[in-house]
Amino acid sequence: MIPISWYLLLSAALFCLGVVGFLIKRNLITVFMSIELMLNGVNLSFVAFAHEWHLVKGQIFVFFVMVVAAAEAAVGLAIIIAVFRARSTLAVDRIDLMKL
Amino acid sequence: MNESLHLWLIPLLPFAGFLINGILGRRLPKSLVTTVALLAPLGSFGVVLNAAMASGAALPHIEAFRHSWINAGALHIDYSFVLDQLSLVMLLVVTGVGFLIHIYSAGYMAHDEGYARYFSYLNLFLFFMTVLVLAGNALLMFVGWEGVGLASYLLIGFWFQKPSAANAGMKAFVVNRIGDFGFLIGMFLLLGTFGTLSFNVIAAELAVKPAWTGGLLTAIALCLLIGATGKSAQLPLYVWLPDAMEGPTPVSALIHAATMVTAGVYMIARTHFLFDRSPFALLIVATVGAVTAIFAATIALVQTDIKRVLAYSTVSQLGYMFLGCGVAAYSAGIFHLMTHAFFKALLFLGAGSVIHGLGGEQDLRKMGGLRHHMPITFWTMTVAVFTIAGFPPLAAFFSKDAILYAAFLQGTSGKIFWFIGLVTALLTSFYMFRLWYLTFLGERRAGGLEDHGAPVHARSDTKLVLESEHPVHESPWSMLGPLVILAVLSIGGGWIGIERFASYLAPSAGPLSVEAGSASLEWTLAGLAVVAALLGWFIAHRMYSARPETPERLAASMSGSYKLLLHKYWIDELYGAVIVKPILATSRFVLEWIVDVAILGGAAWLLGGIATLGGAILQRWQSGNLRSYAAWLTAGAAVVLLYVLWAYSPASLSAFFNHGAGH
Repeated sequence: MIPISWYLLLSAALFCLGVVGFLIKRNLITVFMSIELMLNGVNLSFVAFAHEWHLVKGQIFVFFVMVVAAAEAAVGLAIIIAVFRARSTLAVDRIDLMKL
Repeated sequence: MNESLHLWLIPLLPFAGFLINGILGRRLPKSLVTTVALLAPLGSFGVVLNAAMASGAALPHIEAFRHSWINAGALHIDYSFVLDQLSLVMLLVVTGVGFLIHIYSAGYMAHDEGYARYFSYLNLFLFFMTVLVLAGNALLMFVGWEGVGLASYLLIGFWFQKPSAANAGMKAFVVNRIGDFGFLIGMFLLLGTFGTLSFNVIAAELAVKPAWTGGLLTAIALCLLIGATGKSAQLPLYVWLPDAMEGPTPVSALIHAATMVTAGVYMIARTHFLFDRSPFALLIVATVGAVTAIFAATIALVQTDIKRVLAYSTVSQLGYMFLGCGVAAYSAGIFHLMTHAFFKALLFLGAGSVIHGLGGEQDLRKMGGLRHHMPITFWTMTVAVFTIAGFPPLAAFFSKDAILYAAFLQGTSGKIFWFIGLVTALLTSFYMFRLWYLTFLGERRAGGLEDHGAPVHARSDTKLVLESEHPVHESPWSMLGPLVILAVLSIGGGWIGIERFASYLAPSAGPLSVEAGSASLEWTLAGLAVVAALLGWFIAHRMYSARPETPERLAASMSGSYKLLLHKYWIDELYGAVIVKPILATSRFVLEWIVDVAILGGAAWLLGGIATLGGAILQRWQSGNLRSYAAWLTAGAAVVLLYVLWAYSPASLSAFFNHGAGH
């Protein structure tokens, strides 16, 4: 039996990797991937607790997060394509105006 | 009485006319506009006549609407119309004379672009005037009071393209505001004293306390008097009326001679139970009336604009009515109000006919010899001139003598008032015959007589001054018809006699007490008045017919007093220097620069500065840089996390982890 703290530590590590990537990467796609990493770090802790306490709620929550993440990926990637077409760049520090 | 007299129809019909002509008038054909405009006052007149026939002895008839107007604690004010003898007489005058003047206007204004607008305003005036007359409480009366002021403003400034007309309208409005202020204060005092504004309730309450005189009642009466002096153009607030002659002449006849300006007299008669309890207030009313009567009559002596002569004459005649009210002879005042409505409307309409026929000329010095060109206007005007001069058996002879007789019976002060009234009658006779001679007799002086230093008020009253060599012509029958009817009324309007009139009015306007007098005294006074009128005629004849060069010689030999009268005692200039200029200066320096620029502007500048500064600081967070937002977000999340950790003591957390690690 792997103790739950190990899962949680892995979850926190994934989340922190996501945060750091979100903060330091310039490329919008990498930033986007970092967000996915954070979401999945959280998902991991959900399933870990669900398994620990034999409750199904956590598992269900994970499905919701995955649905939202999928939707977000679809919309987000579409936005990224639109931004790239308009600006010819995906460097986040150069996309700082809300108008074209 | 159970049956309804449909009093609400009386104001509502003109209001409907106002709405139809005011909204649709520009698109409707002229004949339809005329029909609507004339049917409205005719309908009202019909309802009034019906009420007069049906009511009989059942007055006062009170019609209150189911829903009250204001309900606030102990304060109840409803929409109530009261038809009593006083309001019935007034309504007959207002709607009857009003209807005649509507007919006249159809001819007079036929060529004006603003035909529909004119009639919608005229109907609006009738609406508010009938509300004023019918009102059963002071507040509803005030609605009508302000409304006729509005209609007066709109009609004085009817030709608003002319700056003088627009200014005259504003002057009338502003001067009336001063009077209205007094009326309002009077109403507040009434509310504070009686807790109600209903005339009937106040009268009933005073009736059960016969010993209550003076004091607060004097204050209320004087406040109401201030309101009355504003609306009825008495000293010191008369200055707007002569300028109001900028409006179309039928308007001058209806609003500024026959009806609206008598509202002050009507209001005093309506609240006579208050004035009766305050001898001091009555003395002030009589003094204001007498002084105004002679003051305005002297100004009228030298005016050269036909309408201005009549305007000052109106002020003077209104002074008579105030004098009548001031000696507690309210029914005599109302009697004169009625006859004055007939003959002064006739005078104005006749003057309008003259102006119309001359293509807009208003200067007396350029008229003359018109009796051959305008015979009907001439004869009807002659009736009016003889009436206002006070010759028997014409209407004003009876009403004027009733006032003078009532004044004479009021002790020493009454004798003084009587004498002033008698001198005024002499002056009135003189200036009216002067007008008569200059306009109709002698030879035509068009473009003749040179200007001897007088301000020429040669304004165009109508839009008919297209060709200056307009041939003199008699007016159409739509204008002459009302003249003839009014002439008949001016002749016979006084035959009812003051005794019968006063006894009819007694339930609503108080009895006329003439116990101290005798028939022989009355005849003597009447004889003296006729002598005064004859004397005025004689002097006018000497000066303007027999020896036309006399007026100029006289003016030259008494240039000081002549100039004083010609410039109307410099009252306008005095008010300008004493009241208008300081107010303007105060507005400019205190209100504009200190209050507006310094205080309000400074406050606005300070608020704006704070907002700008706040924006300058806060906008640093809104860099638009995604990664700085993310950094703030992370930092915020970290802070929240640390707070949670700290709140759920570290011990429990470490216990949790130890527990987990223990597995």
